[in-house]
Amino acid sequence: MKFSYYPGCTLKTKGKDLDRYGRLSAEALGFTLEELPDWQCCGAVYPMAKDEIATKLSAVRALVSARDAGEELVTLCSACHNVIKQTNHDMATDADIALRVNNYLGLETPYNGETTVLHYLEVLRDRVGFDKIKAAVKNPLTGRKIAAYYGCLLLRPGKVMQFDDPENPTILENFIRAIGAEPVIWGMRNECCGGYVAAENKAQAEKRSSIVMEDAKKNGADTVITACPLCLYNLAKNGGSDLPVVYFTELLAEALGVK
Amino acid sequence: MSHSNNATEQVLRSSGVDVRKCMRCGKCTATCPAFDEMEYHPHQFVYMVEKGEIEKLAASPSIYKCLSCFACVDRCPRGVEPAKVVEAVRLAVIRQQGQNHMKSDDIPALLDEDMPQQLLVSAMRKYSK
Repeated sequence: MKFSYYPGCTLKTKGKDLDRYGRLSAEALGFTLEELPDWQCCGAVYPMAKDEIATKLSAVRALVSARDAGEELVTLCSACHNVIKQTNHDMATDADIALRVNNYLGLETPYNGETTVLHYLEVLRDRVGFDKIKAAVKNPLTGRKIAAYYGCLLLRPGKVMQFDDPENPTILENFIRAIGAEPVIWGMRNECCGGYVAAENKAQAEKRSSIVMEDAKKNGADTVITACPLCLYNLAKNGGSDLPVVYFTELLAEALGVK
Repeated sequence: MSHSNNATEQVLRSSGVDVRKCMRCGKCTATCPAFDEMEYHPHQFVYMVEKGEIEKLAASPSIYKCLSCFACVDRCPRGVEPAKVVEAVRLAVIRQQGQNHMKSDDIPALLDEDMPQQLLVSAMRKYSK
């Protein structure tokens, strides 16, 4: 199995572990992530306005690149996934946005949302299968109690992301079971960490992240996992907790014996 | 008055939101993680845009408090998508010359060694043009 892969800016810098362990685990599980040539930063936040065109172009270029390679497009960072998937939905369903983007790009074959966008977790669930992952585990994380932090961007808006039930998701919990650990079920797993507001209002980010981390601790977690570098930063740095926060790919690589 | 009408039309067009669908249940505000930071709350954005009170919203720091978490978008029983209204009002402000809320010169003072690029990119996208 081979996929086009969009790493995004942070996975080349502060979020290298998310990328590195994701690639190592992919090879161990028998699928290949082929990094797109010449990808550009997605912008990190989906531009919600109908009259924002330029800010959607880098996501469309990635989508076109995957289409031209004849491959599904895999993302790993929650934010990239959200931007690229929502932009893809616009290209498929909003004729005005699609027209203006295509007018600008002047592609040989216009793009109208044909590419399938998959988050790495969806590849694990829907292309590999959690049963196969369980069978491939060499070092099951027995006894570990892991709290899956979904945050916002993997799940919402639910009707566009189509990732899981946005209010009662199970994909990360099933992932945790597959690597031999026990998932903690907790209320704040899909509530915002504060996101980019940490740039100018640290106190607001600290308040949000602390609420999340306290809830994980209260429910008996020994580790929190995430797929988002900004969530990891906020929870670890602004969450005021001693609970470790790591990327889900790190635990996967550990369980598969490739860390 | 005509200026206000134009501003309202621009926000409605840019957001793509039909504010008249709102049934005033307040669920958007109840679920908003930035609620207690805001002068005007998500339900008020919807209501005030319907009333054409754009200037008050545009002048309020509330437009920089939204986290774009899509909680109000997903949890609105009427599909109103309040976050898109907040975004459209913010854009109406920062698209004007000299109205950037965050400038690249501000960035060095904000940095710490763990800060991911994603944070700076997303903040600049939200606060500047």
